[in-house]
Amino acid sequence: MRAQFVFHEVWIGLRRNLTMTVALIVVVAISLSLLGTGLLFVKQVDNTRTYWQSRVQLSVYLCTDSSLGGTCAKNGAVTPVERANIQNELEQTHDTLSIQYVTQGQAWAQFRKEFASNEPIVKYTSPNQIPSSFEIRLKNTQADAANVTSVIDGAPGVSEVVNDASILDQFYRLLDEARTAVVVTAIFLLVAAILLVANTIRLSAFNRRRETSIMRLVGASNFYVQLPFLVEGMIAGLIGWLIATGLLIGVKSLLLSSLQSVFPYGVELSTADLVEVIIVAMITGLLICGSTSFLTLRRYLRV
Amino acid sequence: MIHFDNVTKTYANQGRPALESVSLDVEKGEFVFLVGPSGSGKSTFLRLVLKEERPTSGRIHVAGRDLARLTNWKVPHLRRRIGCVFQDFRLLPNKNVYQNIAFALEVIGKPRRFIKKVVPEVIDLVGLEGKRDRMPDELSGGEQQRVAMARAFVNRPMILLADEPTGNIDPATSIGIMKVLDRINRTGTTVVMATHDAAIVDSMRKRVIELEYGKVVRDQSRGVYGQAY
Repeated sequence: MRAQFVFHEVWIGLRRNLTMTVALIVVVAISLSLLGTGLLFVKQVDNTRTYWQSRVQLSVYLCTDSSLGGTCAKNGAVTPVERANIQNELEQTHDTLSIQYVTQGQAWAQFRKEFASNEPIVKYTSPNQIPSSFEIRLKNTQADAANVTSVIDGAPGVSEVVNDASILDQFYRLLDEARTAVVVTAIFLLVAAILLVANTIRLSAFNRRRETSIMRLVGASNFYVQLPFLVEGMIAGLIGWLIATGLLIGVKSLLLSSLQSVFPYGVELSTADLVEVIIVAMITGLLICGSTSFLTLRRYLRV
Repeated sequence: MIHFDNVTKTYANQGRPALESVSLDVEKGEFVFLVGPSGSGKSTFLRLVLKEERPTSGRIHVAGRDLARLTNWKVPHLRRRIGCVFQDFRLLPNKNVYQNIAFALEVIGKPRRFIKKVVPEVIDLVGLEGKRDRMPDELSGGEQQRVAMARAFVNRPMILLADEPTGNIDPATSIGIMKVLDRINRTGTTVVMATHDAAIVDSMRKRVIELEYGKVVRDQSRGVYGQAY
C-alpha cells in the first residue's frame, strides 16, 4: 500500500514537470561523467607515475671525440682512467641502486633500434658519435638526483648528466592540468545540478501544494509528505547516473584506450578501477540529489 | 476535549491580539457554534486547535494533550484525531469522490482492505450514494462539501472543526450539510463550527460561543446567533 502510493505520487511528480526532470537528468549525467572522467584521469596519471617511478634513471653521458658538453671540447674523448674515476665517485655516493656501464657499441645498437624507422638519421650517424654512458638507478629517485648530479657534473670525461624525471615532469604537468580542468568543470556542473535539483523539487512542491496541504491536514507524517519528493529527486539522480555510467565506459574504452595505443607503457586501467569510479559517481549523485531534495523540502513543506 | 486556559495569540506585526485571554472548555460530544464578525478570532481559534499556530501565552489542551508539549513530529498524530472542513471544500480536482476520501487514509498508511471497507460507509453517511465515481467539478457545491465532510470524518476523528462550511452554499442546501454535521455529532464526535449564518445557528439550538475583537463575549448553551444585543 505505502510503496504503491509513494511510487504513484512520484510518477505524477516526474511527469508533471517533465522538462525540468529531463534537464535535471541531463545535467546530473554530464556532471557525473565529467567527475568520473576526472577520477579516471587521476588514476591513469597515478598509474603512469608509479610505472615510471621505478624506471627513471640518471644517465651520465661520457665524452666522445665529437661531443662539446662539459669538459669534452677541451679534453677530447673520455679515457679509461677518467671513466674508472667517475664510476668510483658514483659508487661512493651510496645513493645508487645500480650502475650500469653502456659501451658505445651497445648504445649504437640501441640507437639503431629506436630510430629503425628513420633511415636518414641512422645513415648519417656514425657509431663514434653515440656516447657511452652510465645508466644509474637511484635509491630515492627524486631526492638523490641532485646530489649525485652535483658529484659528477663537470668531472673530466663527463659530457652531460640527464635526469629522466625532469623530462617526465613536463608530461606530468600537462596531465595534471588536464585533470584539474576536468575536475573543476565537473564541480561547476555539480553546483548547477544542485541548483536544478532544488528548483525541480520546489516546482514539484508547488505543483502539488493542494495534495501536500491536505496531507498535512489529515495528519500524514512529515516523512510521508516528503518521501515522494525525495524519491523523485533520487530517481532523477539515478537515471542521470545510469547515463553517466554508459558515458564513462565509453570514455574508458575509447579515449583512454586510444591514449594507451599512443603511449604503449603497459599501464592500462583495470575494470576494477572503472567500477570504483562508477560507484563513486553513484554515491555522489545520490548524495547530491537526496540531500538537496531533503534540504529544499525542509524549507517548503514545513508542518 | 478542547481546553483553552487564558490563551492570547498576537500575530507578528499586528498590534491587537487576534485572541485575548480566551478561556473555555468544549466537552466530548458537544456541538459548538463559534460566531462573530470577520476578524474576531474564529479562524485563529481553529488554527490553534490544529497547532498550525502557537499561542503567544496561555495553555491549550486538545484530546487530552498539552499542545505546548507536543513535539513537531507528533503534530501529525494530533491531526489524525481532528477532522477539518472548510468554506472552499479543498478537494483534489483530479481525483473522484472515492479517491478524494481514500486519499486521507492512504497518506496515513492505512491498509487497502480497511480503506475499501470504510470509504463506502462514509459515502453513504454523507448521502452521496451512487456518486463515488464523480469528479469534483461534476458535483454541486453542497455535494462537494459532503465529500469534504466524508474525508474529514473517514478516520473517525474525535473532533471535527468546520470553518464556515455553509459559506459558499445556498440556504436550502445548507440544511442538508447541517444534517450531516448533526449525524456526525451523534456518533460522539465533538463538532466546532465557525459560522456567520444566523439562520442555521438559530435553528440548531446548540451551544454558541461569540467572539468579538478576540474576546469571548458570550458563551451560551442552546443559544441563538445575535441574542446578546
